[in-house]
Amino acid sequence: MANVSFSAAGDTLYAYLAGEIDHDAAQSLRLALDDALASRSPRTLVLDFGGVGFMDSSGVGLILGRQRRAQALGGGIRVQHAPRQLRRVLDLARIPYGSEEGGTNP
Amino acid sequence: MKAENSARIQFDSLSVNEGFARGAVAAFLARYDPTVPQLADIKTAVSEAVTNCIVHAYPDRVGPITMTVAVYPGRLVRITVTDKGVGIPDVRRAMEPLYTTGDPEERSGLGFAVMQSFMDGVRVASRPARGTRVTLTKRLAAKEDT
Repeated sequence: MANVSFSAAGDTLYAYLAGEIDHDAAQSLRLALDDALASRSPRTLVLDFGGVGFMDSSGVGLILGRQRRAQALGGGIRVQHAPRQLRRVLDLARIPYGSEEGGTNP
Repeated sequence: MKAENSARIQFDSLSVNEGFARGAVAAFLARYDPTVPQLADIKTAVSEAVTNCIVHAYPDRVGPITMTVAVYPGRLVRITVTDKGVGIPDVRRAMEPLYTTGDPEERSGLGFAVMQSFMDGVRVASRPARGTRVTLTKRLAAKEDT
């Protein structure tokens, strides 16, 4: 189970993801994120994983799919606040995530 | 080698059961006191194996997934995830990173790469139209004396 909430600052849209991101949860997150991309056309979509306690490779598909969509709309994405467990998955996919750690995972 | 303890669970290939499956494994292993990173590794690998069954083994129907988890002497954990689905025609190809027969827009093709990276061992046995069994093994770190 996962959810996403949004806030905007200028032409940056922040998407705060929370919960566990697997193939099941990715389906509804994808709809919510694509909806926001289409309606707001941000220059940068920031995916904040600070509230995510678990993610498998379905999350990688979710990120790469949104990246393609954002680029098609003339923008881009950025990943931030990934907790440690997520970083191992992101490393495998060579997705950069910045230096700030998120979440409560040790 | 005889398992010290084992469990066997069968569930439907519904995506809501991905969380159930990794949660069940985590609950079973809790008494062995795995480290947080090791438990996260195992949960992630189980999630990948079960998702493969749901997405690929039963593309057009709901079918049974059987999961076993066993602990052997020396804190060796062995997990099997078995389906009776379509099977994998070319296992070696399916295990190549980034290879996917799923929707390339949404599936990363990293499922087996995650399993191989996060577990000590991954074995795949598959027969077309008969099903697939994925066997995951990992040795838990020795318990710290307190």
